[in-house]
Formats: sequence, C-alpha cells, structure tokens
Amino acid sequence: MSKYYPTIGLEMHCEGSETKSKVFSPAKNEYSAIPNENVVAIDMGFPGILPVVNKEAVRMSIMMSSILHCRIPEYMYFERKNYYYPDLPKGYQITQNPPEECVGNGGYIDIERDDGTTFRVDIDNLHLEEDAARSTHFLNTTTINYNRAGAPLFELVTKPCLHSANDAVLFLEYMRSIYQYCGISEADAKKGQIRCDVNISISDDENTLGTKVEMKNVNSFYAVRDAINFEIQRQCDLKDAGRYDEVVQETRRWDEESVSTITMRSKEDALDYKYFVEPNIPKFKISPEWVKEIQASIPELPYERKEKYINKFGLTPLNAKKLIKTKEISDYFEECIKLGIDPKEAGNWINENIIAYMNKNELEITEIYLTPKMLKFILDNFNSGKISSKQAKEIFNKVLDEKKEPSNFISKENAQISDANELGKIIDDIINSNPTQVEQYRNGKDRVFDFFVGQVMKSTRGKANPVITKELLQKKLNK
Amino acid sequence: MKYMNLSIEELHKLLKKGEVTSKDLIKESLELSHEVQEKYNAFVTILDDAKETEVTDNLLSGIPFGVKDNYSTKGVLSTGSSNTLKNYVPFFDATGYEKLKNVGAVMVNKTVMDEFGMGGTGTTGHTGTVRNPWDRTRMCAGSSSGSACAVAAGVYPYATGSDTGDSIRKPAAYCGIVGYKPTYGMISRYGLFAFASSLDHLGVLTRNVKDAAIVVDNMKGIDEKDMTSWDSSNIHLADSLDGNIKGKKLCYIKEICNLENYKNPSEELTKHLNNFKDKIDLIRKSGVQVDEVSVDNTLLKAIASTYVIISCAEATSNMSNLTGLSFGPRGKGSNFKEMVKDYRTKGFSTLIKRRFVIGSYVLQRENQERYFKNAQRVRRLLVDEWKKIFREYDAVILPVGTGPAKKLQTDSLDILTEGTEALEEHLQVGNFGGFPSITIPDGFIDGLPVGLNITGNCKTDANVLNIAYGIESLMNYKNQIAKEEK
Repeated sequence: MSKYYPTIGLEMHCEGSETKSKVFSPAKNEYSAIPNENVVAIDMGFPGILPVVNKEAVRMSIMMSSILHCRIPEYMYFERKNYYYPDLPKGYQITQNPPEECVGNGGYIDIERDDGTTFRVDIDNLHLEEDAARSTHFLNTTTINYNRAGAPLFELVTKPCLHSANDAVLFLEYMRSIYQYCGISEADAKKGQIRCDVNISISDDENTLGTKVEMKNVNSFYAVRDAINFEIQRQCDLKDAGRYDEVVQETRRWDEESVSTITMRSKEDALDYKYFVEPNIPKFKISPEWVKEIQASIPELPYERKEKYINKFGLTPLNAKKLIKTKEISDYFEECIKLGIDPKEAGNWINENIIAYMNKNELEITEIYLTPKMLKFILDNFNSGKISSKQAKEIFNKVLDEKKEPSNFISKENAQISDANELGKIIDDIINSNPTQVEQYRNGKDRVFDFFVGQVMKSTRGKANPVITKELLQKKLNK
Repeated sequence: MKYMNLSIEELHKLLKKGEVTSKDLIKESLELSHEVQEKYNAFVTILDDAKETEVTDNLLSGIPFGVKDNYSTKGVLSTGSSNTLKNYVPFFDATGYEKLKNVGAVMVNKTVMDEFGMGGTGTTGHTGTVRNPWDRTRMCAGSSSGSACAVAAGVYPYATGSDTGDSIRKPAAYCGIVGYKPTYGMISRYGLFAFASSLDHLGVLTRNVKDAAIVVDNMKGIDEKDMTSWDSSNIHLADSLDGNIKGKKLCYIKEICNLENYKNPSEELTKHLNNFKDKIDLIRKSGVQVDEVSVDNTLLKAIASTYVIISCAEATSNMSNLTGLSFGPRGKGSNFKEMVKDYRTKGFSTLIKRRFVIGSYVLQRENQERYFKNAQRVRRLLVDEWKKIFREYDAVILPVGTGPAKKLQTDSLDILTEGTEALEEHLQVGNFGGFPSITIPDGFIDGLPVGLNITGNCKTDANVLNIAYGIESLMNYKNQIAKEEK
C-alpha cells in the first residue's frame, strides 16, 4: 500500500453540550438518560414553531473559528438543508452553507506528532448547525428520542490534506481536547457527541487526487483509524489488481461488526439538499468588538499547557503530553500544582498511578475518589518521612478502593519510624547482639550491610525509614 | 337588535354600560355562526362552549371574534383546513391569538381557509368551499375566506387572518370589508402555520378601519419567540386615527389602473377601473394629492411568477414537517418513506401538491440560480421600485383585482381580460417588501362589492391606516353587512 499516496479529508461533528439551551429552542440542552425529557414544540417541528438563535452557541462557534485561524464573516445567517428523515422533525436542518458564509472559513491548525514533528491541517470551514433526534432501530420498530434534536452541533470540515490514519486521529484527538478545554463540549464519543465522516482517495503521487470515497458516521477515533486503514487497503488492492475503475465516487458506511466499509449510495443518488436561506433568522452582524472579546476569553489550550509543563515545570515531553490528553487530567494536575505539590512528583503520580487506576477501572479522572488535596496529604506524609514510598502507594490504593480519606490509613501503628533516637536504640541492640556480622563488615565484607538493614526492618516490621536506617547503620558500624 | 353588526367601540360602550353582556354577545355570535355555516360553510369549528369574559377597559374584552384555522390555538382543533391535520389539537397558542385571549377577547369559531393558506379561492379547504355572503354562487377569494365571509355576514366585528400574497386583502375586497396586514414582523408569527415564512403576515378582517387598528394594536408587539418581530410599542394605531388626510401624497400606477392598457376589457373590469378613478377624484377633492406614476411593465408582469417561485419554494420546505409521524394521522406503510408518502398523498389537495412540485423544482441545484435566485433578485427590484415611490409618496393606492368576486364555476376564468396579471397580483408586492397594506371597500359593481388598496412603507402603519380611515369616511361602505339580493 505504500506505493500509493493516500489523501484524507475529515468532517468532524461535535455536539456543543455545554450551552444551557438548544441552538434554536429554549429546551434544556442536557444529556439525559430519559428519552424525550428535554423537548419543546420547536424540537419536534410542530406547526407554527420558529427558531431563535442561541447567542451562547454563536459565541462558541466564533471562539472555535478563531482557534482554527478561520475568517469570521461580518454577518452571520443560516440556511436550510432540506431532506426527509425520521430523526429530522422539521424536514430540514438549520445549518450554514456555503463555506464562505460559515462562521469559520479557511484556516488551519498545527498538530504535533509523538516524535515531535508537526503537520498542518487546512480547514475548509467550521459551521454551526442543529443536531437531529436520535433514532434507535429494533427488529420491527424504530424509536425516536428528541432530546438531542436541536442541540448545537459544530461541524468542522478539513481540506483533503491528511495522509495517514495516525495523523487523522491525532488531529481529531487534539480537536476534541480543544472543545473540552474551551468548555464547549464534553466531546464524549460514548454519548455520541463526536461523530466523523471521512473522505479518502489514493493516487500515484502527491500532486494528483484519486477518486474520493466518503465514509459516513464513523463514531469513535478507533473506528476512524480502522476505517481509514481499511479503505486505503481496499482501494490499493483494487488498484493493484488493475480494477481502480471499481473505486467510484460514493458514500460508504463503516460497519464496526464486519470491520469493513459498505456501499450506502453512489454519487448519482446523492441527495440534493435544496439549500436556501432560513427566512426566520434575520442576518445578524458579528461586531469586531464581540469577536475581540471572545478571542480574549479563549482559555489556555492544550499545546500551551504542554509548553508550560515542559519549560516551566521541567517535565519530560512525554509526561507533559500525557497530562494534556484530556482537560480533566490537565486540570487535576494544575490543581495539584496550585496546592503546592512538586510538578514532577504530581506528574509522575498522575501518569503512573492515577491513569493506571483509571484505565483499570474504566473511570474518568473526575470520577475517582482521590482528590488533588488527598494526593497532597499522602505526598506530604511521604516527603516528611512519615510514610515510606511503599506505604504511600498502599494508602493511595486504599483511598481509591475504600473511598475513605487518606488520614484514615496513616496511624501511629503503621507510621514509618523516622525518629533517629528510636531507630538508634534499635540499631544499637542489633549491633550488640550480632558481633560476628559486625566483625565481618568491619573486615570489609560490605554485603553484610544489607543483613543489618534487614534486621532493622524485621524488628520494626518494615516501618523503619530506610534512608535514616541506612544513614544510622553506616555511622554506627563505621565507628 | 343584532349586536354583531356593530363596531368594536359601539359594543364596548354597550358592554360598559351594562346594556348587554359578554354572554349575550357570545350567544348571538354562536347562533349567527351556525346560520352562516349552513349557508356559506365558513367554519371548521364552532366553539359552542365559548365562555364570556370580564369586561375591562380593553376595547376587545368580552367581544367575540373568529380565528383563521392556521393559528395554533391551545386545546382547540387547528387544521389549517388540511386533511393532514384534520384532528390536530395544538398544545400551544399562536402569539397573535394569545394576546387577544389575554385581553379578554372571546374566540367563537375557527374559520375555513384555502389549505394552509395556499390558494386564493376558498375552495381548497378540507371542509369544502366557502361561499360569498353577497352571492353564494361566487367565491370569497382566499385564503382567509371563512374570516372574510363571517365578518361580512356580521357574525362578529372581526376575525384574524393571515396574508402571504393577498390572503387578507383580496377576500376583504370580495366581501366588501376591510382587510389589513401590518408591516412584516409587527405581529409575531409564532404559532401561525408557516406557508412562506419570508412573506407570511398576520392581520385582521373588520368592517371599518378603526376596528382594524384596534385589533392590531392588541395583537402586535415584539416576541422573543419570533426573531423577525420588532418593538412597536411607540406605535398606537387606533389613537393615531384623526382622519386628517389633507396634504397627504398618494399615487397610483398607470400601467395597472388605466383602462387603455387593456385590450378588450371586460365590462366588469371597465366598471371597476372607472369606479376606482371616480374614487380617486373624490379623494383629490378632499385635499389629498394623488399622482399617476409609471412602473416598468416588465417588472409588473414579473410579480406573479416571482411570488409563485418564492412562496412555493418556502412552502415545500415549511411543510416538510408534515410527515404524519409525530402528529397528524399516521400513514400506512412498512417503512418511513412509505408512511410519509401515504400520509402526504392522501392528506394534501392536488393544488398544494402542484405547488410542492414547483417549489422543489425551483430549489433544485441545477434550477436554483435560474428560478429561485432570480426570483429573489426580482423581488428586490420590485421592493426597491416601491421604496422609491415611498420616498415621494405616503402610499400607493390601487384597485384590488379585476372586479368583484368571481363565480365559483371555473369557466369564469375564460373571460379574464388579457394582461391583467399585474392588476390581479400587485398586492403581493406588499408581501415582498413587508409593507403595511390595507384594503377597504370602494363601491359596488352589479350589487357586488369591490375594493381599493393602500400600501405604504414599512413601519408607517399609523399613517397608512389614517389615510385609509380618511378615505373610508369619504365613501359610504363603512360597516356594511353582506346581504344576498337573490
């Protein structure tokens, strides 16, 4: 497959989960387990309803447009995309079209690879639209849940500028974190908040473009990777076999079960959406002052945080990268720093212990019991020598498993013995009762030193502070 | 005494004095409703259980009125005169109706219309043809047919209407009453079944100009549910009527009004235009300047097709919500497509389907530039032309239609005079520009009423109504009640 040059374009839909109400209706915009809970007449397209634009959703779209270095139009308006579908109650979707009239037109974003190289993704447009209802298909029936109908949806369309599944996924992951960092969306694929369409073609060299095949509704980043790789392979195989004419401009569906793409419709069957201006929403001006205000409110973005972690906190690039993976993890880390935990120490604990625990238990960092405050409590005790690193790890696990404050697990009984006087007495006793070994050590048999450490540990049931123990032993044995 | 022949102010005075009660008025109006229903088929629903309301200082309190059936009325059947919604009972009120309800106005019936406002004959509603109360062999025009019929027949002093092309102003002329649609967005469109959103207006049918002003005063206002609505709290229509029109400047368009422009004009057309010119003379005599202006005939001839393209395009999209899935009688079929097809095939009348086909066609990618986009350009040209006129004149005054109400038998179409499209359709410019526009009766031809229309620039409603009020007082057609000669 390497002899062909794949080209990929992406359409990334992200549901703006963080507005209070829907994009054109006052219904609550909230993920709900109960179907049809957050619905008003507008969301179901009852006769006589009218859309009213949610200013907050527009603000978010301008923020995204700015982050993507897009041109923001002087005036904004919406269009209707007309088609019949059970989950589209009005029979049209209010959206933006054409690209040059969208809230974001043109633009780019630079993405970093793991090896430190970067690549640029060119943006065709970003537009604000309304989501459809969610239909669930059963054997003989389909249910429609209108909770999602009318939720704000940001659609980001790239140019055909990507050339590998890895780059595509890196871009999507970074975009997802931007949505999260900006407080626009939870961007949770499990809740269906992120959905992608993928366009793929292969060609002989980078100066030409082959026949474009579109894949719809690829709903996780894993699936995006698999679907791209599958489709590139499919096209390459056909080309190798001299059957490239069988690669036709069409829309295919990614089928997770069969791990393959299946034809949905050909170009000839492509729907004519009969776009026209939504007459119920008057064109409105986006003032430069407002844009400036929005741009000034863009929070620190993941790459900026990463820079800070490396340059200011001295973290390794790998650790820094792990910490910015989600806003929640990064926020957790920043909270730790705010509480005064050493950045490197906090970074290590999060990346090694906390993330391992999250992965093992399939939890988000916001769902775990251990707060940065608790982590600080544990680490303070460790750093003052009150507990050993082994104990710190044990307490960490107990806090998470038993969901109890760490102070419950640090008592006199299990506290590390760091008191030099107390340890000194114990060591004196051991030295006095083991003259043979003392003799051996003093005659140069260094290995015996470990015997003494072991004896101290044994008599303190492992609670002796190892650092202080070693120091005292050395001093006393070398006397 | 028949109270329902009186004006709003007269009724209010009687109610205030206690000479009649709200209950009495409702009773009389309901009786008349049944009578008119029997004769002219004006109503989809008659609300026999309508309850009297407290008489307050609001002129509309306690007084019955009718509501066009494309207004969403909470708990009351609202069909848009379509089989697709024949059992639809909404759970929310249209803002325009809600405002009337809130001041104590009493809805006593829902009036028949052309299906979803599409059509100008009053013959396409799912409950059948509405007949003209002056001559039941004739149409009321439409689409606010039932509202016009009922007001003309004296069922109540006013009924609400909606106007996308001329749906208030044409039936008003055919029924010898007043029809007024205010500036676009003055009354919220929330809860009005959308036909063509950029052209849709709410408005009212009454028997005199002042009543129209009073009703719209109570319906208008900015509505957070309609982004195209605007704050008109500084406009007080009824209070602005002083009848002093001396010095006002009006104009008529010679290409539309002059008889010599028509080859072989019909007798009706001749009488209609002569009557109009007589009335112009009358108006001039009262101290109003009325000039003749000229507008490019090509532009005037494009009005009708521009309207068809834009209104059909918007309609086909607006009515895509009618799938029978979450409301309306669900169609039969084994999948979504079949169910929707069955529902829409059975539910819509032929006329509407034809319009949907046109609407779809002009919006198709390959046709959009040629038809839809060009129609929008012509719309802009026409609006600009009218705005140019408004720079110099308070309003344009024109005759409505080619004469009195047409016969219901379609063969009457054969005797249409050639080249009368602009005369028939010029009211649509009022919708293109969102202009305030009012029709008032201006005479009779062979015992049948005809009307004239006054249209002014956006937001000059008070001035337009005052001109109409002044002109109305020069003639003797105010408060007339329809009576059949035969």
